[in-house]
Amino acid sequence: MDIKLKIWRQEGPKSEGSFVDYNLTGVSKDMSFLEMLDFLNKKLIENGDDPVVFEHDCREGICGSCALFINGRPHGPDDLVTTCELRMTKFNDGDTIVIEPWRAKSFPVIKDLVADRHAFDKIMEAGGFISVNTGSAPEANSIPVPREKADEAFDAAVCIGCGACVAACKNSSAMLFVAAKVSHLALLPQGRAESGKRARAMLAKMDELGFGSCTNTGACEAECPKGISLAHIARLNREFLKEGFRS
Amino acid sequence: MSKLEAKIPGGPLADKWSNHKNSVRLVNPANKAKLDIIMVGTGLAGASAAATLAELGYNVKAFCFQDSPRRAHSVAAQGGINAAKNYKNDGDSVFRLFNDIIKGGDYRSREANVYRAAEVSNQTIDQMVAAGVPFAREYSGYLDNRSFGGVQVSRTFYARGQTGQQCLLGAYSGMIRQMAKGKVTMYSRRDMLDLVVVDGRARGIITRNLVTGEIERHSAHAVVLASGGYGTIYYLSTLAVGSNATAAWTAHKKGAFFSNPSFVQIHPTSLPQLNDYQAKLTLMSESLRNDGRIWVPKAKGDKRHPSQIPEEERDYYLERRYPAFGNLVPRDVASRAAKERCDAGYGVGDTGLSVYLDFSRAIEKQGKKAIEAKYGNLFEMYEKITGTNPYNEPMRIYPAGHYTMGGLWVDYNLMTTIPGLFAIGESNFSDHGANRLGAGSLMQCSGDGYFILPVTIGDYLADEIRTPRIPTDLPEFEAAEKEAIDRLHSLLAINGKQTVTSFHKRLGRIMWDQCGMVRNEESLKKALGMIEELKEEFWKDVRIPGTAGELNQELEKAVKVADFFELGRLMCQDGLDRKESCGAHFREESQTPEGEAQRIDSEYSYVATWEYNGEGKDHKLHKEELKFENARIQQRSYK
Ligand SMILES: Cc1cc2nc3c(=O)[nH]c(=O)nc-3n(C[C@H](O)[C@H](O)[C@H](O)COP(=O)(O)OP(=O)(O)OC[C@H]3O[C@@H](n4cnc5c(N)ncnc54)[C@H](O)[C@@H]3O)c2cc1C
Ligand code: SF4
Ligand code: FES
Repeated sequence: MDIKLKIWRQEGPKSEGSFVDYNLTGVSKDMSFLEMLDFLNKKLIENGDDPVVFEHDCREGICGSCALFINGRPHGPDDLVTTCELRMTKFNDGDTIVIEPWRAKSFPVIKDLVADRHAFDKIMEAGGFISVNTGSAPEANSIPVPREKADEAFDAAVCIGCGACVAACKNSSAMLFVAAKVSHLALLPQGRAESGKRARAMLAKMDELGFGSCTNTGACEAECPKGISLAHIARLNREFLKEGFRS
Repeated sequence: MSKLEAKIPGGPLADKWSNHKNSVRLVNPANKAKLDIIMVGTGLAGASAAATLAELGYNVKAFCFQDSPRRAHSVAAQGGINAAKNYKNDGDSVFRLFNDIIKGGDYRSREANVYRAAEVSNQTIDQMVAAGVPFAREYSGYLDNRSFGGVQVSRTFYARGQTGQQCLLGAYSGMIRQMAKGKVTMYSRRDMLDLVVVDGRARGIITRNLVTGEIERHSAHAVVLASGGYGTIYYLSTLAVGSNATAAWTAHKKGAFFSNPSFVQIHPTSLPQLNDYQAKLTLMSESLRNDGRIWVPKAKGDKRHPSQIPEEERDYYLERRYPAFGNLVPRDVASRAAKERCDAGYGVGDTGLSVYLDFSRAIEKQGKKAIEAKYGNLFEMYEKITGTNPYNEPMRIYPAGHYTMGGLWVDYNLMTTIPGLFAIGESNFSDHGANRLGAGSLMQCSGDGYFILPVTIGDYLADEIRTPRIPTDLPEFEAAEKEAIDRLHSLLAINGKQTVTSFHKRLGRIMWDQCGMVRNEESLKKALGMIEELKEEFWKDVRIPGTAGELNQELEKAVKVADFFELGRLMCQDGLDRKESCGAHFREESQTPEGEAQRIDSEYSYVATWEYNGEGKDHKLHKEELKFENARIQQRSYK
């Protein structure tokens, strides 16, 4: 099939970017979306042009590297997939596809379709861990964890740190990302002790880094490729409040 | 004195590690704070090591090429992590785990290292659970285990199909905690381009900042490589596409010996290739083999839909050939058996290069719900990619390059032949011999990182407490930096016509056909010639747009592919030297009458360890003889 691409091109962090149009012929339905971009890049390079820069690594939906805003949606028109899992079967001959990087103040664009998501590591540094030194752990089965709790913790722990939630949010809030971590650790007995402190520290860091606040529109949940639920935001708020009463 | 002194401590096997821990020198906390360690790679091995070393008080500088350490390839591991907890009371023990790894590796690994890896596995699980890794649990609230990949006990801990992600995030969380404390400094989006050796000791690295293109010098009292495996040499593999050999290879060129490079595991259950544009092959966890049955039609070239092929016309070839283990034979055996059937014309799908993995009987017996609970996400993933629903129709699978047992040679202390340079995780050769058992890599990576390296590196650093911070203006840094810059410039100057990827694909094809699941003298010699020709063409005709002073993904790829040519050549040389079959290394000349791998212990019971001899020259072989005093040596048999 033949498609039209409108791709955000930006030379560097300080340059102004703009959309550039490409007509791409000979796209096959059994390509993945990123293979389609590989195909475009091959043509660009062979024509002496600069290829489009985009991030990717695992190409199976688990590393969180890929991050494209496609036709107005983070990770494109399919639900519960990352950009690398998106397939060209979702598009038709003659389609125009608009591709941009994440847009958020806290995720500045580095080049073309690559945004800097370093701020997520900074939020994690603020408290996204259990303070246990190597060697001091008790025997693994000494603390049973009710299966439902463990399952719920797991549901939150699957966040891949892609940033789609931020890109989807009109306030560019990182609330779902923070909630996923706080909830994962709060649900486990191992993580309870620091839970309130963790919630406060991560939220404070999120504010400090310029992410917006949450107004409960739910756009994040709708676009999260891993199906992280808004219920975790509710738990984050409870953990936050508990700590408030304590301090 | 041979350089290959493994430094295995004395005493009975089960006491070696304790004895060693009791005898290594310690560094006091005040001195630790004066010592710097470079950690190249933040996968499970690097992140767990960085966290632990920083907790001990060392200053760690950690490097990765991704934007965040949380994205290292370890994140993609699916099936699980082994430990000898014996929670199922099914007779498991440290010795049994040790024995299984040695046997699975076809007696080509070092007993003492393997025993230690098994020994620390239990503590690793404790550590991970304490760090919040949400492993699967039973209704009782206790940890669940499953049997995985070619063993007869249930010792695999798992977190649905995302064990690697959860283990890595656990290690990452330990590491960021130390970043917050300023004990780990993270340099992400960096490629290591060279190792700096000063007076015979590893003292630093040269990196390229992938955003600005800046070439940087970093120094330390010791350097650790945790840079993962090089299975991407096949172009199509189950690895993350950025995985590469460059860090290990540059260290090799600076004097670190490289062992068993041709030992590559080809995983039996990957999705088959769908088209020519494909950038990677997706692994379907081998846990699927616990309930899935593998078959091809009994009739050659039978193109009927699988549902039209009656039971008696199906060849469950693994169950037929290996009645004792059936579909659970080790990976190398399962992969070769699939290739054998497809090469003989029984393969299915358009290309004939795939076999069925069928769940109909499991669904019938256990119910769809039970199967969904175990494999739901894998089934979904399969359907997303292929458009067919594995609840109704068998999956199609084919082998793919997956894991490199070969890697940098290390002694018992995980130190390479360059003093002060250590290698951990998949980047070293140490524990898996000629074939790795499922769920054994996460076990080794985390054991190396959390419990082994932090002890052994101390013994080396005990001599370094009087060495001041290493300045980066030494001539050795200057020379290494210049070399790195020159190489980038010569790549950019080629200005030819073909893309880096097109060369990588062609190299991958050569390696897959001639030095893949089966090899023989002729194929390996042929590959040597083909690689040389392709390499020449690459250096004349590759096209890398842009400059070195910017984010330039084509340049990044070119550096890696240029190294793959050299490594590919060594893999073939290694394969030629080893005229026996063992584990994943199947030399057609050396097989039993039934077509199984034939080991030749009298001649090849050694670790083939290669010394770099300069550009374009043949490597020099050193042999580390392997002694088996504890494992029960057998010809592997899964019949
Ligand atoms: C699809 C898949 C599934 C798997 N499933 C399992 C499983 O279920 N159980 C199991 O035990 N094993 C499994 N494995 C194997 C296992 O995941 C890997 O062997 C293991 O994770 C390797 O970890 P590592 O820490 O050694 O390296 P990696 O996780 O590969 O990390 C390498 C690190 O080095 C860095 N790096 C590399 N090169 C450079 C460079 N030049 N400059 C700077 N930094 C560099 C990277 O940025 C990264 O941080 C699987 C492998 C694959 C491919
Ligand atoms: S919460 Fe979802 S959208 Fe946000 S970073 Fe995690 S996986 Fe991505
Ligand atoms: S490339 Fe890893 S999630 Fe898409």
